[in-house]
Amino acid sequence: MSFDIAVTYRAGESAREFAVTSDAGLVAITGPSGIGKTTLLNCVAGLNRPLSGHVRIGGETLFDSAAGVDLPPERRRAGYVFQDLRLFPHRTVAANLAYGERAEAALMSRAEALDFLGIGHLARRYPATLSGGEAKRVAIGRALLSAPRFLLLDEPLTSLDSARAEEILRLLERIRDDLELPTLLVSHAAAEVERLAGEIVVLD
Amino acid sequence: MTAWPTPAEWGIVALSLKVSVLAVAVTLPFAYGLAWLLARRRFPGRILIDAAVHLPLVLPPVVTGWVLLLLFGRTGPLGHWLERTAGLVLVFRWTGAALAAAVMALPLMVRAMRLSIEAVDRRLVGAARTLGATPWRAFLTITLPLSLPGVMAGTMLGFARSLGEFGATITFASNIPGQTRTLPLAIYTGLQVPGAESEVARLAIISVLLSVAALLASELLVRRSHGRRAHVL
Repeated sequence: MSFDIAVTYRAGESAREFAVTSDAGLVAITGPSGIGKTTLLNCVAGLNRPLSGHVRIGGETLFDSAAGVDLPPERRRAGYVFQDLRLFPHRTVAANLAYGERAEAALMSRAEALDFLGIGHLARRYPATLSGGEAKRVAIGRALLSAPRFLLLDEPLTSLDSARAEEILRLLERIRDDLELPTLLVSHAAAEVERLAGEIVVLD
Repeated sequence: MTAWPTPAEWGIVALSLKVSVLAVAVTLPFAYGLAWLLARRRFPGRILIDAAVHLPLVLPPVVTGWVLLLLFGRTGPLGHWLERTAGLVLVFRWTGAALAAAVMALPLMVRAMRLSIEAVDRRLVGAARTLGATPWRAFLTITLPLSLPGVMAGTMLGFARSLGEFGATITFASNIPGQTRTLPLAIYTGLQVPGAESEVARLAIISVLLSVAALLASELLVRRSHGRRAHVL
């Protein structure tokens, strides 16, 4: 089972529930904004703590309130591509990519990743000088090089023009098909969700 | 007109620098720790720590000096303990002048550092954690470097405050030539003596030059490490 998640978590003022068990490689979570989709991803990454429930991905228990399991984020090995990217502003692209790099367990070498994402020529630039599409690809690269056990993608296509969005979509398809990482995708773009997801969960 | 600074003036400048450097160096880690606590943690008693740190900023410096005398005098609880365990006497020594300067510099240092720590986006720390960083590594690689301009600004402010410290120093460490007579105390002493106007003026000019040099040095340091648009002033 790739995903076995059932949590109650706090989003804003209210407590929300979310449950999915699925063998699909890519599960999309969709719903109106403000419903707590990002908070849910933060619960899976270990940045927020659910009120109760369990999070199991790829057979590994990351959180289980009944059993007292709550792995810190650094041991969950999420490849989290944040909606706001969160590239480190004081580090070059190369240093951002290297930050979480685990060469021994990596899905691909740094050279392969640079090639795969088409960001080799950006290595010495600082994040503030990148375009939106470039920054997004660097953020995806940084997540992939940390040898994640699963991916969390938060609105990966927002604020991109249609050509760039298509480019990132193709990239996500390649990640899904070539790397076979369990992936949770948060998006409110129906077309993107239809195209990528093996299973769709609607929050409301 | 004698060449200046004269050896006596050099002695005063050297003592002032020694006192201020020790004060700032010892205070730096405490100030950063306090700044981090106040910026990042919510705990009971936080407002009391905040108030205690800021107290030297609003109290008359003479009162701060008097409190130091009560605590660190040879019969005071901390002074007695320091002398018994480490053989360390602060009162009426240059190290005592450094303690007085440190206490007066602390609030300025904490304020500057706290502002810059608060300005570091906590979501970046979260991102570092998902990339495998322990809380300690995330602090060293994200929070600390991004708050460095505030550390430099705080250090500069603290150093300048230490160089100018008067009230707490004269109360706690007294005005002893070669031990605790720093620049401001020497200027004050000169003002008490008829006919010492030129000595006073020379020391005052040295004071101004030192302060300007400290300001420029920290401004250059910050620009060099954080680009031309960064500044501490």
